[in-house]
Amino acid sequence: MAIRIGIFVCHCGTNIGGIVNVPEVVEYARKLPNAVCAEENLYTCSEDGLSAIRDKIKEYELNRVVVASCTPRTHEMLFRKNCEKAGLNKYLFEFVNLREQCSWVHMENHDGATEKAKDLVRMGACKVSLLSPLEDLASDVIGACMVIGGGISGLSACLTLANQGYHVALVEKKDTLGGLLRDINRVFPTNEPSSDLLDPLINSVLKHKNVKTHLKTEVLGVKGFIGNFTATLKKGPRTQELKIGTIIVSTGASELKPEGSFGYGQFDNVMTQLDFEKRYKSDYKGLNRIVMINCVGARVDERTYCGRFCCITGMKNAILAKEANPGAEVSILHRDIMACGSVFEDYYRGALKAGIRFIRYNADRPPVILGNGNVVERVKVYNELVGRDIELDVDAVLLTTPLVPGEDTRQLSRIMKIPVGNDGFFLEAHQKLRPVEFPSDGIFIAGCARYPTEISECIAQGYAAAAKAAVPMAQGRVISDAFTSEIDPLKCSACGRCIEICPFGAIDWTDWEEPSGTIRTVALVNPTECKGCGLCVASCLSGAMDLKGFSDEQILAMVSSVVEITSRVA
Amino acid sequence: MEQKAVLIIGGGIAGIQASIDLADMGIKVYLVEKKPSIGGRMAQLDKTFPTNDCSMCILAPKMIECANHENIQLLTYSMLDEISGQVGRFKAKVIKKARFVEEDKCVGCGECAEKCPTKVLDDFNAELGKRKAIYKYFPQAVPSTYVIDPAYCRTLNGKKCGVCEKICKARAVNYEQKDQTLKLDIGAVILATGFDLYDVAPLKEYGWGRIDNVITAMQFERMICASGPSSGHLKRPSDEKEPSRLAFIQCVGSRDIRHKRYCSAVCCMHATKEAILAHEHYPELTSTIFYMDMRAVGKGFQDYVHRARDEYDVEYVRARPGKVTENEENQNPIVHYEDTVRREFNAREFDMVILSQALIPTESNVSIAKKLGIDLDEFGFISTPEKLADPFGTTRDGIFGCGFCQSPMDVPDSVVRASAAASKAAEVLSRGV
Repeated sequence: MAIRIGIFVCHCGTNIGGIVNVPEVVEYARKLPNAVCAEENLYTCSEDGLSAIRDKIKEYELNRVVVASCTPRTHEMLFRKNCEKAGLNKYLFEFVNLREQCSWVHMENHDGATEKAKDLVRMGACKVSLLSPLEDLASDVIGACMVIGGGISGLSACLTLANQGYHVALVEKKDTLGGLLRDINRVFPTNEPSSDLLDPLINSVLKHKNVKTHLKTEVLGVKGFIGNFTATLKKGPRTQELKIGTIIVSTGASELKPEGSFGYGQFDNVMTQLDFEKRYKSDYKGLNRIVMINCVGARVDERTYCGRFCCITGMKNAILAKEANPGAEVSILHRDIMACGSVFEDYYRGALKAGIRFIRYNADRPPVILGNGNVVERVKVYNELVGRDIELDVDAVLLTTPLVPGEDTRQLSRIMKIPVGNDGFFLEAHQKLRPVEFPSDGIFIAGCARYPTEISECIAQGYAAAAKAAVPMAQGRVISDAFTSEIDPLKCSACGRCIEICPFGAIDWTDWEEPSGTIRTVALVNPTECKGCGLCVASCLSGAMDLKGFSDEQILAMVSSVVEITSRVA
Repeated sequence: MEQKAVLIIGGGIAGIQASIDLADMGIKVYLVEKKPSIGGRMAQLDKTFPTNDCSMCILAPKMIECANHENIQLLTYSMLDEISGQVGRFKAKVIKKARFVEEDKCVGCGECAEKCPTKVLDDFNAELGKRKAIYKYFPQAVPSTYVIDPAYCRTLNGKKCGVCEKICKARAVNYEQKDQTLKLDIGAVILATGFDLYDVAPLKEYGWGRIDNVITAMQFERMICASGPSSGHLKRPSDEKEPSRLAFIQCVGSRDIRHKRYCSAVCCMHATKEAILAHEHYPELTSTIFYMDMRAVGKGFQDYVHRARDEYDVEYVRARPGKVTENEENQNPIVHYEDTVRREFNAREFDMVILSQALIPTESNVSIAKKLGIDLDEFGFISTPEKLADPFGTTRDGIFGCGFCQSPMDVPDSVVRASAAASKAAEVLSRGV
């Protein structure tokens, strides 16, 4: 059948149209080989633009579609589905990026950008001609979720999934549930004991018929893919395998112990907020003068992030100490006060009203501890707003430190191939719109393992991650992308490089019968595990591998449409 | 037993996310939005902090996913009329207001708006530009159907016109269209009504409405947005000149016991973002942000502020300015402030001043809460009685809240709450009450 290409060039408002001469590109596109129609749109992604593509597919009997617009990261699926809606195999579509790869980087050169846009569109048209229809792969989903970490986030995720009828395996390395919250005395903003919050939740989880709790258990390995993971668990000397469809990582974080800063570890009366909560559960005797120092180990060069709720933690302990001992002098040495929203701002106001003294210091002139023997007696601080040094007598110095990534983060990241950010916490798929998802399908994240998170947000993230995990389990089947690599066993030399290099463990040995009848061991790709990254294709020395949708033939056709190919390629 | 649907009120990012999550679980969703398009506040923003992702570019695919999802029925330009029954068995009535344009006929070509003789201040563009009496809410609107504004349309007000009806090749204009009432069987309700902008005119000291070159942050977002009324060019309202010195005043109406005593939670970051964007547009441009506390608490936010300071000529001054006056010769606003760190009083001239206005719960919360029989808090946010243990609950079983309508929060937090509320609603439905 003759190739009939439709080319749709997007203005993207002024993002592209303000720089690239779109009508000129359309005129050019119309004359390309096999092109039967070329159109422009103000926003191709709008319902108008999409329906225009569908109409043209029918009107011109198009069997290939090129959209030249923004980025495939956000819009490729949309346009593919749109082609499918018009009856065209969705893999007979090619995306050309005229925004990130053209207009945005050539804002100063309109003519040049227009010429480049023509080149890009021509390359796209070349490639699309060589595409062949592909089919998506479907596989079943096991209706069970493994939640790693039994803190408040993991418990919340467990409970809502179990209530929705899914089976949950809760894996906790310690012998108790509750996580970091267990060590916390009382919680803001209600100042109720943490057990009031935690105990009912733990009880509901423990007695739920859909939850199986594995205490003192570690995750040794995870294999498989969305819908069909196998986890290896280790409890004491025994290991066991678990089949699950989805995984939620809620391994939490720990409080920074600032060894060496402000006399921590050197003086008996210097402690972190959490040390304080453990040491003084409800009896604050002998604490008449407390000084807290905020942002210890946070918002500094070696750890640039803000601990998000440490200001509020400090206020909480200040309020509790003051309530127990109204005559106490409590001072908080702070930088910015982070009390976002309505609840925390009121909590801050309450702390001010309670007579807690807030003194702003400058990070360039941090407070100084003045000790005697193993006890700190005074703290000297430069009050930034008054412009002079003051000295405060103290019975105890509380260092407000941020949460730092849990010790298992790196190991889990390796085992499960999930990313960690520069700050050492797990890195979500998209900061703005996919906060509880990982790039790998079927694995989700909740709570402090992602970033320091206050209790209500941990609960919310637990529920949110559960909603994401519920989706494939509710659907019962997952469809995976057709862009996977494949091996020509005839050419495979069985060197094993591809198996070594695959980050997803998607390639393994298999026995294959040659046309002559001999059985030979060759590499084989499991398409449901393959993410189409192409590493194996690039590493193959025998030219036995190709990536569907990005074959050598297609890529070289694009290249040779812009440059003269002088040397021969296989 | 047939599974009940979920009613979601509010089609901003929170309502959209909750809809998609539930619909993906196989649950039927009715998404009710009072405006002619879903998208909400995020559709009005140029870029988003701290990644500078183009807001519309990450939102539009979600809007379209909503529109195309077989389990989601979009009810735009609609409002809740009444609700009865109880959790698992609510009966809801939703009024779909007359658009005077037939949704199944309009192709969104826009010829009607081109020819319409009546110009109206455009609220989507924060009243910086004009739209017509027949209009599409914004270029990427979902659905893309036009709508006639009955307050301004000449024909609907008994005057001679009828231009749009004549021009429409699709014969979609229908001046006789009436409001429709839909009756829905509902198992659970999710509220995602978002926020409104606080009116800064009563803060007379800052001169908004009196000094031309004092604008609000939302006006700035529209101005710097490529699809906004000035196509992304910064222009001083007084003389259309390109500004080179910007001042951002934080906490305008927020953290202020005369107005709203709470912190609006997102302004420190959006001011930082706006200053960065302005510098990206005009590399010579400098910005000064007058702040009380720089609340950069989210993931990557501190690094964003550092980058603004070190790479984008953004200066942070800890001050709550007392007033803004105008230099009558050049219409430059003058900011009068005390730098509380240097402990000096100062008056500095800028080309433009941007006010980070307080964000407030939508006014419609009052009537919605009344119909649903739930409580609001003293500010008008949806009341959450168990703030800690059940941050999505309201005062009534089966009705949940998510996003800014509960309390000030940014996009990621709203998205988290939306998915969480979806999980709660799914629990209710699987209880099978």
